[in-house]
Amino acid sequence: MKFSENWLRSWINPELSSHELAHVLTMAGLEVEALESVAPAFSNVVVAEVLEVIKHPVADRLSVCQVNVGETASLSIVCGAPNVAVGMKVPCARIGAVLPGDFVIKQAKVRNVDSFGMLCSAKELGLAEESQGLCSLPEDAPVGVGLREYLELDDMLFTLKLTPNRSDCLSMAGVAREVAAIAGGALNALQVDPVLSNLTETIAVNIDVPEACRLYCGRIVRGVNSAVATPSWMMRRLERGGLRSINAVVDIANYVMLELGQPLHAYNLDQLAGGITVRYARAGEELALLNGQNVILQDDMLVVADDTRLLALAGIMGGIASSVETATRDVFLESAFFVPDAIAGKARRLTISTDSSYRFERGVDFSETRVALERATQLLLEICGGQAGAISEVHGKLPVRNAITLRTGRVKRVLGIVLDTAQITVLLKRLQFKFEQQGEDFHVMPPSYRFDLMLEVDLIEEIARIVGYDNIPAQPPQTTVMMVLQAETQRSVSRLSQMMVARDYQETISYAFHEAEVERDLCANTTPITLKNPISSQLAVMRSSLLGGLIGALRTNLARKQSRVRLFETGACFTGENYSQSERFAGLSYGTQLPEQWGVAACSVDFYDVKADIEALFAPAALSFLALPHPASHPGRSAQILLNGQVVGWIGELHPQWLQQYGISQVVVWFEVELDALKSADVPHVNEVSKFLPVRRDLAVVVDESVTVQSLLDVMLGSNASYVIELALFDQYRGKGVGDGKKSLAFRVLLQDTKKTLIDSEIELSIARLTEVLQQHGAELRI
Amino acid sequence: MQELEKILDEALKQFAAVDQAAELEQVKARYLGKEGRLTVLLKSLGKLSAEERPAAGVRINQVKQGIESALQQRREALQYSQLQLKLKAESLDVTLPGRGLGCGGLHPITRTLERIESLFHSLGFTVASGPEIESDFYNFTALNIPENHPARAMHDTFYVDKKHVLRTHTSPVQIRYMENNAPPLKIIAPGRVYRCDSDVTHSPMFHQVEGLWIDEDVNFSMLKGVLSNFMQCFFERDDLQVRFRPSFFPFTEPSAEMDIQCVQCNGKGCRVCSHTGWLEVLGSGMVHPNVLQHVAINSEKYLGFAFGLGVERLAMLRYGVADLRLFYEGDLQFLKQFN
Repeated sequence: MKFSENWLRSWINPELSSHELAHVLTMAGLEVEALESVAPAFSNVVVAEVLEVIKHPVADRLSVCQVNVGETASLSIVCGAPNVAVGMKVPCARIGAVLPGDFVIKQAKVRNVDSFGMLCSAKELGLAEESQGLCSLPEDAPVGVGLREYLELDDMLFTLKLTPNRSDCLSMAGVAREVAAIAGGALNALQVDPVLSNLTETIAVNIDVPEACRLYCGRIVRGVNSAVATPSWMMRRLERGGLRSINAVVDIANYVMLELGQPLHAYNLDQLAGGITVRYARAGEELALLNGQNVILQDDMLVVADDTRLLALAGIMGGIASSVETATRDVFLESAFFVPDAIAGKARRLTISTDSSYRFERGVDFSETRVALERATQLLLEICGGQAGAISEVHGKLPVRNAITLRTGRVKRVLGIVLDTAQITVLLKRLQFKFEQQGEDFHVMPPSYRFDLMLEVDLIEEIARIVGYDNIPAQPPQTTVMMVLQAETQRSVSRLSQMMVARDYQETISYAFHEAEVERDLCANTTPITLKNPISSQLAVMRSSLLGGLIGALRTNLARKQSRVRLFETGACFTGENYSQSERFAGLSYGTQLPEQWGVAACSVDFYDVKADIEALFAPAALSFLALPHPASHPGRSAQILLNGQVVGWIGELHPQWLQQYGISQVVVWFEVELDALKSADVPHVNEVSKFLPVRRDLAVVVDESVTVQSLLDVMLGSNASYVIELALFDQYRGKGVGDGKKSLAFRVLLQDTKKTLIDSEIELSIARLTEVLQQHGAELRI
Repeated sequence: MQELEKILDEALKQFAAVDQAAELEQVKARYLGKEGRLTVLLKSLGKLSAEERPAAGVRINQVKQGIESALQQRREALQYSQLQLKLKAESLDVTLPGRGLGCGGLHPITRTLERIESLFHSLGFTVASGPEIESDFYNFTALNIPENHPARAMHDTFYVDKKHVLRTHTSPVQIRYMENNAPPLKIIAPGRVYRCDSDVTHSPMFHQVEGLWIDEDVNFSMLKGVLSNFMQCFFERDDLQVRFRPSFFPFTEPSAEMDIQCVQCNGKGCRVCSHTGWLEVLGSGMVHPNVLQHVAINSEKYLGFAFGLGVERLAMLRYGVADLRLFYEGDLQFLKQFN
């Protein structure tokens, strides 16, 4: 909502500066988004008439003009504008004038000719960003009058950022009413008297949809001159309200909308056949709108039709065929009340937004429908002439508003401040609400223009607004406190993240949507969850894995010459028809194991480095890894991660194909695990600590390449060898002394008992058992 | 017996002259070895008369002890100087950089979220969460935003299908939590939210923290108290000015927008605050009775307040980040500044 301050002050003129007024509006919930001057400061510029234009004796592009500035003697001014012409009315900066940018006008010689001032363009006066030539003023501009005065430039533009509940402030009348409530002062309300109708002619109006069109008023006005110029005062208010001038009739309708908040429509009477009907469109009906758009309508869209065709999209926009043009002599004026639900969403669906639909969607005061029609007729007769017919007024079901009970005690409970009935009475009166008091209760009748007042809390908010939120103290809470339970079986994401940080990983946050190709390539997901209205194809489908985002961040960093990148991310991933969402924890590592440094040979990160990171994250829980291909990974360097037999994630080296596709030169190792699995932890339960020293024995075996370490560990663990407290691989060897296709593996075995020191024979028995199962598994003992 | 004095004197001199441990042992042998001069003297005791023998024996032993003690001292001195030499040779250039892994860091948004969570945790708020692909019902309808309500247009919603959206705010978590928990309730719900909008000041994905406190004695004055306290703690400024303005959210009534004094210019007016001196940081209000009714909470008995704040906004103000997009590019040059 944009308006001129001068216009507002003609309705109500509180003793507040422009900025103070903006502040009180903002603090009352009508946020002033912008407050700007209509024109920058300049002085001593007057309306002038060009009397004579002669070519400059030496400069082809300059003219020497005689200019009347309302004094007996004319001024001689050199001018360079190509459009200067005799008879033209222009702004003239007189000697001593100060133009925007502190540009002072002095008497000057221009190529040897004296010049006593300057004729100005709109740009030079700061009235336009760009302009060509002199600013041409209307023919009737009064010569000698200050331009600021003539154009009413000492005015401020207010832009309100109105919340959707305050449609009552989408008009000058509404803003003025609000200012009266919050700042006090007398309101010069507009007095609208019915015009005398000299025509008896009416048009029959039929409302097919009384629940959607609750009131319809219309009248014929014949003999109007649509070609007449819109008065400058009206034009100014329209422009400063953000509306473009079309023609006098349309301008008047728009003006009344800005003034009273009621959208009006004027039809070209010649184009109407028979009566008016308000109904829903039939699906597929077409209408060519005023803005040149052709729309195909749906059956929940409200229209105005005559006996033969559609005339308008009700409350949104008129049709081009019945629009008023400068040649139009006879019009039919419409002022109606369409309920918000009948209009809301329809314009948006057709991708149009108009000042009319904006107001109807939010609610228009149905008690002013007829008044607005009278006001428009009055202005029309004054400005364009003509004769008005009688008003056809047809009612649908007018909304019924019920009184709302406001309890004094409830005000205190909600706001936390004590207001007595006398104070509440004062506040309700300032709001101009009608009410009856009954003891501690008030029965308040919500005004017809306040669609948002339905419940007691709505009135409490009104009271709080007028009291001023600033005047409600900020109190620290006083309440019962209980400790917050924190389950020890849940590790926080924060703690897990800190573990990654300690292992030299940097956290990133990626968008949760990306390209469909990423899903297809990295996740073999050809049916990702797709947005109906994505911002771009790069952000069109929901991620089913965090990997795509991590690779994106890696590539960003490679493009910026980073040589070692270790990233992790936590976030939701989305899959399936039911939009299942699971929180994941993922990371990737690229470049050397350690940052480049002295004394350490640079060694590229590999599968096992990242595996160690995951194992550390899950510790003390033990994971197992099952070699399985994943679409993102090198098929021989990929594994499913299992915890207690349940799949909890994946680890792998990025497939060389994707490395090539993304232009990545070195190995990338990535992992992704389910956050829930990672978060869960057991509460520790301590075992007896042995006082006897452990004994270590090493076992070295030679096996085929295809035999996995895990399979050997599994058979040893399953062997029931006594006293074994730890079994771990500590070396792997290939080469001299070990046959082709074979590898040597060395295990550390720790044995210990809690009751006694182990004797050799006990130890040997256990080792023999382990050796036996290893041999059964095809391992050859290496001596 | 004068010879004894001479032997002692000579031994002491020779010990002192030696500076190698091995040499010292050789010198020692000259006196105390099998053929050593003192050993010879001891052996010769047998030749003395019974009367002379004890005194001579005592005397020789005194000298022997003297030599042994000098020998020990010299051994220790040599060891000590040896150690000094070794230590000297072993000294390091302590200015060489340390070796091993470096240290990563948390994302500034995570860091900000953790601060917010810990501040509210100190008042007894617990963390709740909800889905990011949300049904139309939870995202709008249950929050008193019926279909076609103009407030829906303010949201720039991403649609997944006719009935599902990417949640436009964290407020649906309020509903889900209230459906499953009886008051009193005190939660915050941090999370990602989505709006179909992208430019320097808008990201299609960003983070919010929703807060909800439902109890019998919660009121608007308390809302102001808690949120003012929070902003002062977050920015670590006791004197941070705040203000509350009436606003509109369909799920709160009364509703309030909270502004803080611009932390860049201290309210004098600058580019960051569009020369107003104030920064809009948070939307809040008393939970609308219709919302409570949806989740079968008696709105006569219980009152509540709710708020939603933009995490990126707070992070930008706190750390002086000028461009929102930096948060999502994953550029290490930016991220490492928060480590």
